[in-house]
Amino acid sequence: METEFTPWLSLGGGMLIGAAAVLLMATNGRIAGISGLTSRIFAAKADGEARGVSALFVLGLLLAAPLWLLVSGNWPTQTVPSGVLVMAAAGLLVGFGSVFGNGCTSGHGVCGISRGSGRSIVATVTFMATAAITVFVVRHMVGG
Amino acid sequence: MKQVFALLSGLIFGLGLIISGMSDPAKVLNFLDVFGTWDPSLAFVMGGAIAVTAPGFALLRRKRATPFYDTKFRIPDRSDIDPKLMTGSGIFGVGWGLGGFCPGPALTALPIAATGTLIFVPFMLIGMWFAQRTPDPFSTLKTGEA
Repeated sequence: METEFTPWLSLGGGMLIGAAAVLLMATNGRIAGISGLTSRIFAAKADGEARGVSALFVLGLLLAAPLWLLVSGNWPTQTVPSGVLVMAAAGLLVGFGSVFGNGCTSGHGVCGISRGSGRSIVATVTFMATAAITVFVVRHMVGG
Repeated sequence: MKQVFALLSGLIFGLGLIISGMSDPAKVLNFLDVFGTWDPSLAFVMGGAIAVTAPGFALLRRKRATPFYDTKFRIPDRSDIDPKLMTGSGIFGVGWGLGGFCPGPALTALPIAATGTLIFVPFMLIGMWFAQRTPDPFSTLKTGEA
């Protein structure tokens, strides 16, 4: 299924994401890495304050779409793959891999690259590559 | 105060994901499908985010010794490229390519309650839980060398 190329909306939305990352760092001194913040909520060892701040950030994420609905009258448009097995496997791999690799698209891809972190650049190139290979295999070799 | 700003940061982050199209797996999968129905939009999301975050972080580092409502900046200080980083990132990418969701967009899309999202998110949390409790299998290699 084709999707519309949206350079301006994507650039603007991306800048909002960047502004949110700067705001969290400026006020809380924390990296806006979603896998890190989410997993800290139920980490075996994390102080209560870190847990609380992380939970509030995630709550903010969860409130974005309802706010969008409230203002615009519609949920944001999206098409989500619905295969039960595929989505269960995808969830497991994303959750495990992002925490095991110390970050996801936000922590490594946005915040890490912005700091010029070599680890984050390597991580981002790695997950971009395996993601593109996976899509290629699924769409053009298996499903094609 | 810091709690208020944490909530606000999450909300702005989520709105950014929605506006940019990143919370739509169809767009993400098309971005990754370079040899098919390629949609380069997400390069603009990352570019836009870094264009704000990089100067923002640099400015904070120059102007501030501490955050406004906390005692210290928690910036990762590791620089070694270890097998755990590569393995984790590689596994994450495979899942991202399968479902079109990474953690932020999946959580943002959760209230929309599409079937795929309702399956994806609990399994993502289980995966995170396991990763936290999985010791680094490569750490023995390192001590072996030392």
